[in-house]
Amino acid sequence: MGIFIGDDTKLVVQGITGRDGSFHTRQMMEYGTRVVAGVTPGKGGRTFDDAVPVFDTVEEAVSEAGANTSVIYVPARFAADAVFEAADAGIALIVCITEGVPVGDMLRVLPYVREKGARLIGPNCPGLIVPGRCKVGILPGQIVREGPVGIVSRSGTLTYEVIFQLTRAGLGQSACVGIGGDPLIGTDFVDCLAAFEADPETEAVAVIGEIGGTDEQVAAAYVSREMSKPVVGFIAGQTAPPGRRMGHAGAIISGSEGTAEEKIRAFERHGIGVARRPADLVGLLGRRRQ
Amino acid sequence: MRDPKRECDDDPMNIHEYQAREIFARHGIPVPEAEVAVTAEEAAAAADRFGGAVVVKAQVHAGGRGKAGGVKLAATAAEARDSAEAILGMEIKGIEVRRVLVAPAEDIASEAYVGIVLDRARQADTVMVSSEGGVDIEEVAATMPEAIRKVAVDPRYGLFAHQAAGLGHHLYDDPGAARQAASIIAKLYKTYRTSGATLAEINPMIVNPAGEVKAIDAKMNIDDNALFRLPGVAALRDTEAENPAEVRAREAELSYIQLDGNVGCCVNGAGLAMATMDLVKYYGGEPANFLDIGGSSNPDKVVAALELITEDPNVNSILFNIFGGITRCDDVANGIVEATSRMELGVPITIRLTGTNEEEGVAILAAQGFEAMVDMDRAVETAVHRAGSRTGGEPGDGGG
Repeated sequence: MGIFIGDDTKLVVQGITGRDGSFHTRQMMEYGTRVVAGVTPGKGGRTFDDAVPVFDTVEEAVSEAGANTSVIYVPARFAADAVFEAADAGIALIVCITEGVPVGDMLRVLPYVREKGARLIGPNCPGLIVPGRCKVGILPGQIVREGPVGIVSRSGTLTYEVIFQLTRAGLGQSACVGIGGDPLIGTDFVDCLAAFEADPETEAVAVIGEIGGTDEQVAAAYVSREMSKPVVGFIAGQTAPPGRRMGHAGAIISGSEGTAEEKIRAFERHGIGVARRPADLVGLLGRRRQ
Repeated sequence: MRDPKRECDDDPMNIHEYQAREIFARHGIPVPEAEVAVTAEEAAAAADRFGGAVVVKAQVHAGGRGKAGGVKLAATAAEARDSAEAILGMEIKGIEVRRVLVAPAEDIASEAYVGIVLDRARQADTVMVSSEGGVDIEEVAATMPEAIRKVAVDPRYGLFAHQAAGLGHHLYDDPGAARQAASIIAKLYKTYRTSGATLAEINPMIVNPAGEVKAIDAKMNIDDNALFRLPGVAALRDTEAENPAEVRAREAELSYIQLDGNVGCCVNGAGLAMATMDLVKYYGGEPANFLDIGGSSNPDKVVAALELITEDPNVNSILFNIFGGITRCDDVANGIVEATSRMELGVPITIRLTGTNEEEGVAILAAQGFEAMVDMDRAVETAVHRAGSRTGGEPGDGGG
């Protein structure tokens, strides 16, 4: 079944004619995702790869092609408006891959998306994949495998690493969601944990966190309060120096709560098994699922 | 109480106090006049022009400059020269002081704190005030949290006038001072919003014996993702006040932070880069840097990354950890081959490559005599071992 996306997903790609947009549209279609439309203002009326109609607006993609999900590959300066446009057009799930969106833009985007009843994943995220069914974003389809483990992560390539290690060990995934590395994001750990708890195909969940903010602590409390399924975790940035931003805009330690140590303690306090290395997640998941 | 600034300081672009003062003044915040000096003579001349006592303050991107001796009171122009002489050229947290700010010393009746930061958890900008000014807000939060008052700003409407007024009255019993403070707070919020800031601070905001409220210090951090639409703010970046290697990294579109260890790391993706550093430590080594080459497939970036790593004299083992997604393994391999044909690495290199175009990448490397691994743990362990055997070995013994 997976979470957030699946057989009902009808995708519109915002920025379909761009370099990243076109490349990943082909990858998503190859994976089996139903891409029903693309949007690039000024290029409406064309057909992408003889298969996907391109529109000038998301509104047309919804009314004429029935899109219910959007993925955004537009440059950072246009990303906030692309989210506003998708929410305005009635898109239910908006996945923003774009990196480098000004945080001030996201401040205005988040309440708007909520008012419209839409869900935003990202920005600055790799998107999500339900193995064997549907992928929205840039997660490499060849490393996933169908199975019982849900993965939620703030990272991109570290998520691939974890998926790769689980798959190599024979542990498949029910869904993998990259929620993004920015300080302000649309969907957090708790949203994903709740969805995994409700998903009958998910038997256990791996949470991949990193330094900065307090989302991991909030997630840990949620797990012990609300979840029946076993949850394991990994925190990146145990060797990160305080006060420096480690690539992701959200990954900075300022104050003790943002440290890996504090997050690991919160996980342990709430009964979440913590892997010291990504490779240790395999053993932890194996034990917890018994 | 939690550290009120803990989740907000999330960008690397700092501007100097004198630059923040200029921005504040442009937005109508009362900031006493001051001059920037780069020599002791200029500082003395400025003090002479102001007449009377002045404060000489180091202009660096580092906190704790007062404790480091970077702020001095001078009663005369001659004293101002001596103070500037002492401060210019001094190092504060590893950064050389190249400029001082000279400002008339103010008569202070009371000091307060005003700050605006992004609160990640509430997904809103938050204005904080405290009647305990002149000290770090973190310290006040720890010792007397009840002195701090916070309001969250609805991003759709901005700071309401009644919110600013309420904060002014929290700070001052005197209605005149409260009104002035409310006006300063409202202007500070406008400055913050229109400058792409993630932090704006006045510490201290003072009341003088005449009852005037003024901003004596000014601090701002800028979201560098917002700079594309703020060329005036972007021009304020002082690259001389930053680590030169990190400046060059930014120009090459790499994310690089120098650390103290000896294993030079080159990784694609920030989360994986951090996890790689952690794994270096796990296997008994110390990372020399954080380096994320990002998602692009550009061999030039790999060359620039290798240049940065090899210039760090502490590095005695280089580790590549690449999980190809958008990044293609063959592009990274080409970059490694190109870089090593141009320069002598002088230290062993360990390469882990997997993902997009892995086979092509491995073949390109193999043709040049480089071995590539698939397993991250094995690669990290190998790189740490190579670093250790080089530090541990006698000079001239091949290091095993």
